[in-house]
Amino acid sequence: MISSSLVIAVSFLYLLVLFAVAWFGDKRAAEGRSIIASPWVYALSMAVYCTAWTYFGSVGRAANTGLWFLPIYLGPMLAMILAWIVLRKMIRIAKTYRITSIADFIASRYGKSRSLASLVTLITIVGILPYIALQLKAISSGYAMLTTPLGEPRQEIGLWLGDSTLYIALALAGFTIIFGTRHLDSTERHEGMVAAIAFESIVKLVAFLAVGLFVVYGVFNGMGDLFAQALANDQLKPLLMLGQGTQEFAYPQWFALIILAMLSVIFLPRQFQVMVVENVDERHLKRASWVFPLYLLLINIFVLPIALGGLLFFGQGAADPDYFVLSLPLAHGYEWLALFVFVGGLSAATGMVIVEAIAVSTMVCNDLVMPFLLRTERFGSRASGDLTGLLLMIRRVAILGILLLGYLYFRVAGEAYALVSIGLISFAAVAQFAPAMLGGMYWKVGNRQGALAGLLLGFALWIYTLLLPSLVKSGWLDAGLVTDGLLGLAWLKPEQLFGLQGLDNLTHALFWSLFANISAYVLVSLWTRPEAREASQALLFVDVFERTASTHPVFWQGRAKLSDLRNLTERFLGVDKAERLFTEYARRLGLAQTKDIPANAQLVQYVETQLAGAIGTGSARMMVASVVEEEQLDLDDVMRILEEASQLRAYSKALEEKSLSLEKATSELRAANEQLKSLDKLKDDFMSSVTHELRTPLTSIRAFTEMMLDDDEMDLEQRRQFLEIVVGEAERLGRLVNQVLDMAKIEAGHAEWHNSDVDIQSVVKQAINSISGMYLENGLSLNLHGEHEEIAPIRADPDRLMQVMLNLLSNAAKFVPHPGGIVDVYITDTTEGVTVGVQDNGKGIASNEQEQVFEKFRQAGEFSDRPQGTGLGLPISRQIVEHFGGRMWLESELGAGARFSFFLPRLKDAQQLERTEEESA
Amino acid sequence: MSAKVLIADDEQNILISLEFLMKREGYQVSVAHDGQEAIDAVAKDKPNLMLLDAMMPKKTGFEVCQEIRSNPDNADIIILMLTAKGRDTDMAKGLALGADAYMVKPFSTKELAQKVRELLGAAG
Repeated sequence: MISSSLVIAVSFLYLLVLFAVAWFGDKRAAEGRSIIASPWVYALSMAVYCTAWTYFGSVGRAANTGLWFLPIYLGPMLAMILAWIVLRKMIRIAKTYRITSIADFIASRYGKSRSLASLVTLITIVGILPYIALQLKAISSGYAMLTTPLGEPRQEIGLWLGDSTLYIALALAGFTIIFGTRHLDSTERHEGMVAAIAFESIVKLVAFLAVGLFVVYGVFNGMGDLFAQALANDQLKPLLMLGQGTQEFAYPQWFALIILAMLSVIFLPRQFQVMVVENVDERHLKRASWVFPLYLLLINIFVLPIALGGLLFFGQGAADPDYFVLSLPLAHGYEWLALFVFVGGLSAATGMVIVEAIAVSTMVCNDLVMPFLLRTERFGSRASGDLTGLLLMIRRVAILGILLLGYLYFRVAGEAYALVSIGLISFAAVAQFAPAMLGGMYWKVGNRQGALAGLLLGFALWIYTLLLPSLVKSGWLDAGLVTDGLLGLAWLKPEQLFGLQGLDNLTHALFWSLFANISAYVLVSLWTRPEAREASQALLFVDVFERTASTHPVFWQGRAKLSDLRNLTERFLGVDKAERLFTEYARRLGLAQTKDIPANAQLVQYVETQLAGAIGTGSARMMVASVVEEEQLDLDDVMRILEEASQLRAYSKALEEKSLSLEKATSELRAANEQLKSLDKLKDDFMSSVTHELRTPLTSIRAFTEMMLDDDEMDLEQRRQFLEIVVGEAERLGRLVNQVLDMAKIEAGHAEWHNSDVDIQSVVKQAINSISGMYLENGLSLNLHGEHEEIAPIRADPDRLMQVMLNLLSNAAKFVPHPGGIVDVYITDTTEGVTVGVQDNGKGIASNEQEQVFEKFRQAGEFSDRPQGTGLGLPISRQIVEHFGGRMWLESELGAGARFSFFLPRLKDAQQLERTEEESA
Repeated sequence: MSAKVLIADDEQNILISLEFLMKREGYQVSVAHDGQEAIDAVAKDKPNLMLLDAMMPKKTGFEVCQEIRSNPDNADIIILMLTAKGRDTDMAKGLALGADAYMVKPFSTKELAQKVRELLGAAG
């Protein structure tokens, strides 16, 4: 046993540490250096799911039912797989519309309905009280266990004021008030609190793992030993099996529990608070979706071993399994470990209570008290004065109230139930929100009447089938209600409603309540028409990802005054905050002063959204409506506004496309410019080459003529030789000028083409005839091979083809040895066209130079004995052949001569022919 | 002893005319038909002055100029570059690579002879 003063001192010390962490978190947030802006902290804060119920209750449940503690954690693990889809949408919606609680979420979706908000809040309070009671019970029992000497019965709980549990509740309320309601923020975020919760999650995990390790390796010799002993024990063996011995495995119950837990992890007020409201960055969800399940896995690893260990050590029924985590270390004299475990349990309980109380107090204030207060004359729309203080006061009172009510429930019903059963009652209550929430996010047809009907029916059935029996079992109601049914009617038995048997009470209650809830929601929604305001909200929620801020439709029309809206904001958010919000709004519009802000629908919506964060959507709607002149929207207006918005969206899309195409055009222009530049450079290079080619013969001509002019005594032979050179260079100059002009004409498309049906063979023969004299003179031989009877004509310009042939033949003559050179001409005819080849027995051209010969002013071979040429013959020839749709190429090897060939197609394609004709015209 | 002049040009006719001109001026003349020949000729028998065409096969006049100047022994060879491309950049390039003077084709034979005399006179 541990002295009570020590336990109390350690508990308060722990709360102080918590206080310090929260204070630090708030301080850093105020400095703009958030410590919770991390996916790790986000994931750890989610672990507020694991309360004292997990900490103590899981072991208890495992000791009674074996693996049945698991579904409560399998559900959340499965739910997190869907987190990216469902939670992200919830976060996006909540952030866009400043939604700060589940009640607000549902109310806002269904036309900012205040009645719906109040109903959800009531359900939450009623549903959550047992859960808070459970935490108080856990702390109180844990405290009693630590301070009672081993083996003695636990002390009776003292009278009201003598009961330490009351003081625990008050202390928690104080802590929550300090960190949950320090200031009013329209986003309702509490950085310090989140930091403290994440810290608590670490403490409880470490403490639980510590006691787990102690039991498995301290009390027993590892997992193997523990499970072997349990298997050897006939009473414990069934705990290790799914089917619980002889009974069949209860699939419905197993899956009902999993679904229940899946829904709870999303819709419990504290989960909504940490996962949605306190979320800093949507992307944190990604890491949380595996870290949180991992956390659940870790905290569950030792549940069964501790349960089995406790049962083996104490024997069945001898000790309360809910508190094995404390009794096992105590029984072995490890009092410090027990104290540490108690602190872990304390952290599990306080974490839950703090977050839950904050979440519920926000709901109570915004959705229950404010709508009522604002209707009174004192605080109503015509009243003035800063209400921020009042808002905070309401929340503080609400927190205190919630904890005291929880304490009351604990006193009234707490003793009758095991921890887990209490928790499941709460789970089943919040599961009632699922149809309205999920339907609201994904089903546009779902409406307010449907949600109201579903929630009312589901909640009523929850009370009847689950809450009433729990009160009966606590002895507060006549047991006949459960055994005989209401008014003695058997089909009204709360745990066997309409004769449904064979299910445990939880599955039974869940089945009926959700069945009725969903049916009512769907049927009534289909049956009734939504109001305009609902229809517009439905669109905003369901399509939240499809709209960006700039193209959000604003469903409001009427007249407003800037000063009225400003005053309203100041009343609920304070003067400073209002100033900041309006300055920010003006800045976003690009306005210098807040007084220039236009009082239009956008501003009304902005103010309403900001107010919604502080006082709830319903109240915000009412307050804004009271200071502006509104025109009632009907469904046609909603459709019109939506139409306008989608036009705006289409317009912005068109703009985007236009800017894209402009961008494309710009890059195309840039590319064209680059091309022009390179063309310009090509032209420049061409001019430079032409200049070079012109200057070279001019140089010789000038030099020789000058020298002859200077030197009268030069002998005749010398003079004659020089004059021959001058004449030759002059001829070269003439040729060059002609060819440059020719080339330029062809390239510019100004060349004249006189097309007719040409017999290629006769052109080749003519060319051979006209050049054969030159060949003979130089002792070269020239032969034609592959002569045909007749060759089908080809559409071309015969003079141009002659030019090509002469060029090839004279080139060949230049490169063959003198004398002894042999040039062979081949003609090949196919249906596609005619190929002409000119083969010489010269030195040949190296492969790396072969393509260069077709470039302008590029001549291959040994330059020292380079024959006189302009360097334009081959390029011009190739251009001519290509003009007729053909191609020209070279095959050669060094030392094995060269063969220049060209191919001319017979153009069957009428279009191609036409094109050629046109060009020649 | 008369000065030695090396003429490097790939155009046979220009070579003939320059050879005639330089001989008439009284120099000992040798010729090269491309860049590589020019470098070999310098290595074999160092000239006092080179008439170097800028555009030649195998090695351009610029490359020849650079290679000759990279050997300190050849620092005293006077290089007169001849080019048919009259662009300023070409001239600047030639002078930057170590040529002493530059003439654009077609040139006046009198001016060329004068220039050669000047260059050799200054060096001698």
